Amino acid sequence: MPSPVNKKPSATAVAQAADSAPCASPALSAPINQQLTKADKIALFTTMMRIRRFEERSLRAYQAKKIGGFLHLYIGQEAVAVGCCSLMGKNDHVITAYRDHGHAIAVGMGLNEQMAELYGKATGCSKGKGGSMHFFAPDRNFWGGHGIVGGQIPLGTGLAYALKYKGLKGAAMAFMGDGAVNQGAVHEAYNLASLWQLPVIFVIENNGYSMGTSQERSSAGDLGKRAAGYDMAWASCDGHDVYDVRATMDKFLQLAREESKPAVVEIRTYRYRGHSVADPDNTYRPKAEIEEYRKTKDPIQVFQQALVAEGVLSDALIESIDQSARAESEAAAEFAEASPFPTPDDIQKDVYWEADHPTERKSQGRLFFD
Amino acid sequence: MPLITYREAIRHALAEELERDKNVVVLGEEVAQFHGAYKVTEGLLEKFGPKRIVDTPISEAGFIGMGVGASMLGIRPVMELMFWSFYSVAFDQILNNAANVRYMSGGLINCPIVIRGPANGGTNVGATHSHTPENVLANHPGVKVVVPSTPYDAKGLLKSAIRDNDPVFFLENTILYGDKGEVPTDEYLIPLGLADVKRVGTDLTIVTYGRCVLHSLAAAEQLQKEHNISVEVVDLRSIRPLDIDTVLASVAKTHRVLIVEEQKPFSSVGSQLAFMIQKEAFDELDGPIHRLSTVDAPAIYSPPVEFEQLPNPQRVIKAALEALA
Repeated sequence: MPSPVNKKPSATAVAQAADSAPCASPALSAPINQQLTKADKIALFTTMMRIRRFEERSLRAYQAKKIGGFLHLYIGQEAVAVGCCSLMGKNDHVITAYRDHGHAIAVGMGLNEQMAELYGKATGCSKGKGGSMHFFAPDRNFWGGHGIVGGQIPLGTGLAYALKYKGLKGAAMAFMGDGAVNQGAVHEAYNLASLWQLPVIFVIENNGYSMGTSQERSSAGDLGKRAAGYDMAWASCDGHDVYDVRATMDKFLQLAREESKPAVVEIRTYRYRGHSVADPDNTYRPKAEIEEYRKTKDPIQVFQQALVAEGVLSDALIESIDQSARAESEAAAEFAEASPFPTPDDIQKDVYWEADHPTERKSQGRLFFD
Repeated sequence: MPLITYREAIRHALAEELERDKNVVVLGEEVAQFHGAYKVTEGLLEKFGPKRIVDTPISEAGFIGMGVGASMLGIRPVMELMFWSFYSVAFDQILNNAANVRYMSGGLINCPIVIRGPANGGTNVGATHSHTPENVLANHPGVKVVVPSTPYDAKGLLKSAIRDNDPVFFLENTILYGDKGEVPTDEYLIPLGLADVKRVGTDLTIVTYGRCVLHSLAAAEQLQKEHNISVEVVDLRSIRPLDIDTVLASVAKTHRVLIVEEQKPFSSVGSQLAFMIQKEAFDELDGPIHRLSTVDAPAIYSPPVEFEQLPNPQRVIKAALEALA
C-alpha cells in the first residue's frame, strides 16, 4: 500500500502523464497521487482487480449453494474502498455496512479466510459465525461488516471518540450507503461528531439505489450538503476514479488527523449487480443505465486506461494481474470447500469474553440457559 | 461501618473506578453540570473534569452506539440512561451491536461497556417512563444484567460491572436512591452471578430482586409475627449470569416457592426462574410455583392505583399465603 509520506513528484512522471493522457484525471496532479510510485499504482490496480474477481467467484459459489443468506456484491464500487483504504495510516480506522468484501480486501484481509467465512466454515475470518455481512479485522483497524443500515455509524463515531480521547492522531472512516443517510442514528452521530469535533469522516458510498429505491425517491436534498446543517465540512466526488477518491479523501483525512475535524464525503459510485443476490434487479433501473456505466465509468477500466497512458501497465501485465486474481479467488474457494464447518459445540463460544477466558472469569452463576 | 445512601454507594463506585482506570468515562444526559437527574453523579465533574464526565445531547442511539464503538478501541464507557425506559431508543445499538459484535466477529472484539440508570415504576411517571426491561435485556446472549437492592450490593456490583470485559447493564431504582445501608470504606467487589440470602427461613422461598426484595422482607416480618410463617428471601442480585444454585438450595429446604418481581407477567424474569426451578427441583416442590408480578397493563399514572399495580408488602403477604395454602 502506498505510504502517505509527502514526496516531491519526479519531473519525468509528470511529463509522461501530461504527454500521453489527454483524458488523464485532473486528480492525478494532487500531491497524494503524485507521490505514488509505479509499484504503488500497480498495487492499487491489483487490489481493485482482486476485489472484482473475488466478488465474481463468490457469486458463482452462491449460485452453487455454497453460500447461504445474504451476499451484497461490491462489483463496480472497487475504487471507493481501494482509494480510501490506501490512505490509511497506522491510527486510521475503518467501519462499514454489509457490502464489506471490498473494504476487507482493501485493508489486506486474506481471500481464503473471507471465502471460508462465506462458506460458513470454521476457518472463516469470523469462524463462520458472522457470514458475508460481518467480516472484521481489528489487527488491520477494520471494524466490520454490519447488518443494520446505519447502525455502524455511531460505532464509527465511537472509534473517532476513542482516538481523540487517547490523544492519537488518526481518523475513523465510517462508510454507509445512500440508503443509510435517513436513519436517525446517522443524524445523531453527525451531531455528536460535529459538537465534539471528532475525527470521523462519514463516507457516503452513493451507488444511486437503496435496494430498489432510487436516491430521488428516498432522500430530500443533497446527501453531502446535509453536513452543512451540522456545521460540518463536506464534499462530493466521483467514485469511479480512484485518483479522485484519494485526492478528495486525503484532504479530509488530514483535517481529521491534524485538527480533529469531522466531515461528510459523498462518493458517487455504482453497482452492477442487484442490492444482494436475491435482488432480481428488474424493477427499478434500466439495463441500459448499467451498461452505460460499465462502458464509460468502470473504475477498473478507467484506472487501467490511465495507467496504460502513464506507461505503468502493459497488456501483458494486466493479463497477468487478472489471471493471478482469478487464480487467487479460485484457490480461496478450494480452501473454503476443503475447510471444516464449526461444530454445534462451537455455537456458544465467542459470546462472552469471560466464558472464553475461563481462568480469568470473575463472575459466577449461569451465563447460558437451556 | 458508615451508613450511606444507595445513590452515594453508586457514586463512590464510579469515583473509585474513575480513579483506578483512566479509560473509564462517564457519559449521559445531565450527568456533569446538572449533577445528574437523580444526583447520582453529583460532584464527579468537579473531581474528574469534563473529559471523564461527559454531558451528552439527547440522542441515546447516538451516544450509546458511540460508546460501544469507543469500547472496541479500549475505552470503558459507563453510560447513564436517565431512565432505563429510554433503552428502546437505542435498542439496536444495545442489543444488536453491544450484544453481538463479539459473536459476529468470531471473538475478535469485546465490548466492555456499562449502561446504568433507574428501571422502575412507582413514581407516577406513566407508561413510557416506568419500564423494567431486565427480562428483555437478559434474553440476549452476550449481555449481563444486574439489579442491586441495597447500597452495599450496588457499590460492590457496579465496581465489578465496570471491570467486566463484557457489556453489563446495571438497573437501579429511583425509589431506592435515598435508602441507607452499611457500606465498608475498604474496597470490596461483589461478583456478578452470586445471589444473596437476605433472610433465612424454612417455610417458603421468596425469589426476588431489586426493590421487591424490600417488599418481601417487610412481608416476611409480618408473616412471621402474624402467621408464624418463616420466609426465606433470596435476592438474585444478578439476572444474567444467574445464580440458580442458591435458589435451588433454598427450594430444597422450604419446598415452596413464590417469585416476586416488578415485571409484567409475560416472559418476565420469573417466567424463566419458574421453568428452571420446576425442571431442576421438581421433586422438591410441595406445590406449584407461585408468582407475584406487576398487574398486566401499561403503567397507570393515578398514584394510589399505581401502588396497587406494582408488588407491595400487602400483595406479597397475600401471595405468600396463597402459595402455602
